[in-house]
Amino acid sequence: MIPFNFEYYKPSTITGAVEAFQTAHDLGQHTVYYSGGTEFITFARTNKLHADVVIDLKGIPECKALELDENDLIIGTGVSLNKISESGLFPLLGETVKRIADHTSRNKITLGGNLNSQLMYREGILPLLLADAKVKIAGKDTPVALDKVFHHEITLEPSAFLAQIIVDQSYLKLPFSTMKRTRFSKVGYPVATVAALMKDEELRIAFSGVCEFPFRSADVEAILNDTSMPAENRIEEAITYFPAPLVHDMHASAEYRRFVLKNLMTETLHALEAAK
Amino acid sequence: MILSHNTSKAIIPLLVNGKNHDVVIRSADTLLHTLRDQLGLTGAKQACENGDCGACTVIVNGEPTHACLSLTIESATESITTIEGLADSPVQQAFVDNWAIQCGYCTPGFVVNCHALMERHPDADDKTIEEWMQSNLCRCTGYHEIKEAIQSVLRTKKDLPSTNEDQ
Repeated sequence: MIPFNFEYYKPSTITGAVEAFQTAHDLGQHTVYYSGGTEFITFARTNKLHADVVIDLKGIPECKALELDENDLIIGTGVSLNKISESGLFPLLGETVKRIADHTSRNKITLGGNLNSQLMYREGILPLLLADAKVKIAGKDTPVALDKVFHHEITLEPSAFLAQIIVDQSYLKLPFSTMKRTRFSKVGYPVATVAALMKDEELRIAFSGVCEFPFRSADVEAILNDTSMPAENRIEEAITYFPAPLVHDMHASAEYRRFVLKNLMTETLHALEAAK
Repeated sequence: MILSHNTSKAIIPLLVNGKNHDVVIRSADTLLHTLRDQLGLTGAKQACENGDCGACTVIVNGEPTHACLSLTIESATESITTIEGLADSPVQQAFVDNWAIQCGYCTPGFVVNCHALMERHPDADDKTIEEWMQSNLCRCTGYHEIKEAIQSVLRTKKDLPSTNEDQ
């Protein structure tokens, strides 16, 4: 049971959501946006999160969009992970989010909720980083590149939220690989998740679970694409360019993470370099 | 826009098992507690309350959902089916016939999830069954019998001759 009360709003427009947030914020009320709600309920129940006002974004049509336009795939941030996987529109994203939580939870977890998770994994962002995705931010007319608002986590002004993700259609059917390893079961947090795709004969690769935040690194990709070196050497060197130390926690020691990570990177290189 | 205040309770409509109800809720109430405490529908079980075990599974608009991870207020416009609404589902009899029950605590969640699976994927293969059923835990570890029960229902369904409506 959630041990505090809050006001609940379900606006039907982006403008209505931002106005409701701003009004509550100006009154000094701690206000949160709500999409699937799985993380909010879990954290609220255990007193790790408090809110005076909750604004549910699921009534906003733009946040529920999942469609192809002339050039792009448009994904509303209120679309559930299962709907993304079942649509088959972006197989790399569909397969990656299919390993987040369990099937029943994925009916509720939304892409926006995963991207804004307080947990360090946020695996849904990996394919979007690889595909140079853009984001439509509530209240802004022009989409911006995802990497402009993602610096270890999504960073926006307090009343802003991600409304849509936009992916150029040319990325949707590129050769890809996505793999996740957990401590011991198929459902669980990743010891390591590695997602990759081939674009113009170059490997793009992104990671979750290995550092305190998900990331894609130009330095790492440059080394992995230097095929003058054997794959094993490239992987060893690439890991030295990771932007933070490997995580050492209850799910895996840093040493074990390195072992799992190297195996996943080897499998990734093998799969995608064979597809060249 | 639905609005509920933080200081008072709200009366909202809830469509459960085809019947309309009015329930009095805090906006912080989860669907699980409203179903159990206000409507007396205790088939959805309170267990982990963390979305891990699947014992509280209900069907919302055709999709299996953890009732512990849904606010009642966000379910006000949805169609909810609980285990009590599946009295005629062949899945229940299949669980009996295959001895897919030990302590029984997880059983309603499994049956509800399996029913939703059958409705969505009547031709489900083993991979799909496994993916869906990973959402439910049985601490008696009776998974083999549960899988047999599910497969028996799917087999029966596949063997049925198609009706005129299907053609």
